[in-house]
Amino acid sequence: MKVDLAIERTAEAERELAEELLQVGARHSAEHDVFHITRTRAQVAQANLERLSRAAARYGTAVDREPSAGGGVIGTVREKTSELLGRRPEAGLLLLADLEQLHLRAARASLAWTALAQAAQAAKDRELLSIASECHPETLRTLRWTTQKVKEAAPQALASG
Amino acid sequence: MHRVEARAERIADPWGARTPYGRGDDWPERVDLQLADGVTDDDVESWHRSASILHSNGDALDIAVKDGRIAGVRGRGDDRVNHGRLGPKDLFGWQANNSPDRLTRPLVRRSGRLEETTWDEAMDRVVARSKELLADKGPGALAFYTSGQLFLEEYYTLAVIARAGIGTNHVDGNTRLCTATAAEALKETFGCDGQPGSYTDVDHADTIVNYGHNVAETQAVLWQRILDRRAGPDPPVLVCVDPRKTPVAEEADIHLAPLPGTNLALMNAVIRELIERDWIDRAYVERHTVGFDELARQVRDCRPEWAARICDVPASDIRAAAEAIGTTERLFSTVLQGFYQSHQATAASVQVNNVHLLRGMLGRPGCGLLQMNGQPTAQNTRETGANGDLPGFRNWANESHVEELARIWNVDPLQIPHWGDPTHAMQILRYCEEGSIGLLWISCTNPAVSLPELGRIREVLARDELFVVAQDIFRTETAELADVVLPAATWGEKEGTFTNADRTVHLSEKAVDPPGEARPDLDILLDYARRMGFTDRDGQPLVKWSDPPSTFAAWQECSRGRPCDYSGITYDELRRGGTQWGGERLYADGRFWSHPDVCESYGKDLMTGASLEPVEYRSLNPNGKAVLKAGAYVPPNETPDDDHPLHLTTGRTIWHFHTRTKTGRAPELRAAAPDVWVELAREDAERLGIDEGEMVAIESPRGRVEAEARIGTSRPGVVFLPFHYGYWDGGAPDERPRAANEVTITNWDPASKQPLYKVGSCRVEKVT
Repeated sequence: MKVDLAIERTAEAERELAEELLQVGARHSAEHDVFHITRTRAQVAQANLERLSRAAARYGTAVDREPSAGGGVIGTVREKTSELLGRRPEAGLLLLADLEQLHLRAARASLAWTALAQAAQAAKDRELLSIASECHPETLRTLRWTTQKVKEAAPQALASG
Repeated sequence: MHRVEARAERIADPWGARTPYGRGDDWPERVDLQLADGVTDDDVESWHRSASILHSNGDALDIAVKDGRIAGVRGRGDDRVNHGRLGPKDLFGWQANNSPDRLTRPLVRRSGRLEETTWDEAMDRVVARSKELLADKGPGALAFYTSGQLFLEEYYTLAVIARAGIGTNHVDGNTRLCTATAAEALKETFGCDGQPGSYTDVDHADTIVNYGHNVAETQAVLWQRILDRRAGPDPPVLVCVDPRKTPVAEEADIHLAPLPGTNLALMNAVIRELIERDWIDRAYVERHTVGFDELARQVRDCRPEWAARICDVPASDIRAAAEAIGTTERLFSTVLQGFYQSHQATAASVQVNNVHLLRGMLGRPGCGLLQMNGQPTAQNTRETGANGDLPGFRNWANESHVEELARIWNVDPLQIPHWGDPTHAMQILRYCEEGSIGLLWISCTNPAVSLPELGRIREVLARDELFVVAQDIFRTETAELADVVLPAATWGEKEGTFTNADRTVHLSEKAVDPPGEARPDLDILLDYARRMGFTDRDGQPLVKWSDPPSTFAAWQECSRGRPCDYSGITYDELRRGGTQWGGERLYADGRFWSHPDVCESYGKDLMTGASLEPVEYRSLNPNGKAVLKAGAYVPPNETPDDDHPLHLTTGRTIWHFHTRTKTGRAPELRAAAPDVWVELAREDAERLGIDEGEMVAIESPRGRVEAEARIGTSRPGVVFLPFHYGYWDGGAPDERPRAANEVTITNWDPASKQPLYKVGSCRVEKVT
């Protein structure tokens, strides 16, 4: 049984998603919806982590629940860049690039949930299955939001100017 | 019928004398009249049919003319909406038309200053910049931000120019600030915009619920109708959801005062009670809806005690409200800004739709639902696509809808941007800020006072790189920042139609000439189209109409077969009185415009705003039922903390409209509410050592406002500021800031994109 591995992997993916959400939000604070929604989605990812950590305990493993919020020096650099770019048209291109990273993180987390749910079924672990079936839709929601934002931002960033 | 001449008493009692009536009876007539000092009925040379332009109720009236000037108004006793009554803004607001500081000549900016010029020079400048941007950067460099106060014909022309002429996706109205959530909530539930209910539902209802809707001040005549039912036999139970002690709250049998930002928690608890107590029409839900299981799952744990902790409302009051809603035979609900401009706006408003679906109470007398509008013609902004939606409630994600529109306009479907939702107002401003939009044409609205976080808005509008066109009747705070100012005619000076919050269409006749060189907005737009040389795919002029009747005829063709079908409504018919499109009530017998082939929208995720794919909607709702959408409560993005310990909310007073450009120029209305004030709860005022009438400063992370304290009307922990005040007649952003939006937050609902004026935090202290 390597269910513990699946839990760890999912937790790592959710934690990295939460970190990336917070960093992208800080970097694009002039995009007010990106700023607010990334923070809300990071909270949701953290809630997912909480539930995973309780499941992890049952499998004798532990997961790191806290995303590193600020991103340290890199985070500060990103925020400064955000302030400078907030008044320039290139901000749209940067946003697209960051949304791509975010999308990939969310996709990775989504895939991890899929694997975990399959493992939970095979292990006949009803509790773990219900965690997966309730948390995964939230990760998918974040994933879809990144697609939505790319759809919204691309026309102006790429075809205007 | 009796007539009431309005004088000072209508300032003392803005709703006038009661005319009680019982359930199912006709609402008695009461014709309100206000004429200029010294003018009598006999002096009036002519009367011209119109309706109110200073709120969304659509009260029919006649405009009196003497010596070529507007000399008063008289309610129309025979009209279905108001039975003769008028609210105070209508009784006195017309005087603004005659104001000596009306714009009478175009202005252009020369060496930093606005100077008078000719129409030719002003329009040439606008056209030159438009063509230059189109050539250099493409259609995405041009944006249009319009209003909820123009006429249908003007909006439709603007929509055609922007969408098919320029080909830009950047079109919105200030309806984004007032009714975007109404439209979105209706689309989410019923697949399509369109108000299900009718004002006549007041005549039949047993329970009336006003959700975040201070109807007494925003639609004074609708409130008179409710009060008259309350004063008659079999009065309806009244439930009010509002954090303030409004006149509605004072009158209500049950008043719930949730903390700002917690509406969805409250609604989910109400829905849970309806399900738990089995106060639902299972047969209706089964036949006419999809999504019940998911909704039931979502609210499963939302006990009244849970909501009570979040909302700071007693659980017993939530149960009492749910019982009033759950056990009534005829339920009438209205929703407005308390929900629309607050956290989780669409999700919370959709729950009101859900209440009616669960109870099977739609499309029958007394069983009505109005997702209200704030502005007089906001309904038309939405119908014609001047808010960026496709005209006629068409679906941008449905290729056949776009092709139909392209046929009607005789353009290539690719010319009409339909790759996604239109760019909403706040995003338009953001593109102006980053510099990818180079021309912003603002018509009939005042973003320099009405948008959130004004310090930022002023900075954006003043950018050198941004060419701002302001089309208005006064030199507003926004006009002061413009590069070209176009003087417009207004209500009473031009012809056209508009539609109120219960789908009643009125014709507004031209009563007098506009002042100086001011022109009807329609003429300005037609002139722009001509100068730009927009053509269809056969090289013929794109805009083929030339005056209000021919524009209306074009709109009739565009709307034919859609829910808001005007093809059977004529100017002649409207000269006999207001008439509703779609009949008295929509959705009788549970028939909706939600089939995948006809719906206006496939819906969105209420938490993030991500659109559903067509194929997803088709599998969710293949047979065109109503959709019971669910959403989980999450806390607001900004909540009080040590630095800013109080909730901040903004709103309206009965005396003023929007940014007071008109009502501030009507002496009685001006005197009734001459300057900004702030409402505090008694507990908070005592703790802060603030007395009634003292000047206090309200500070948020965005800015500062100074206002006189009024104590006792707000709930504990909540600070209320009216948003009407700007700077054209007092104060200054740096010296005495008095615009509420100096302190509001830049944030919007993910689904409707409506700015959240009613969530945020602040601190309050005495000005020393």
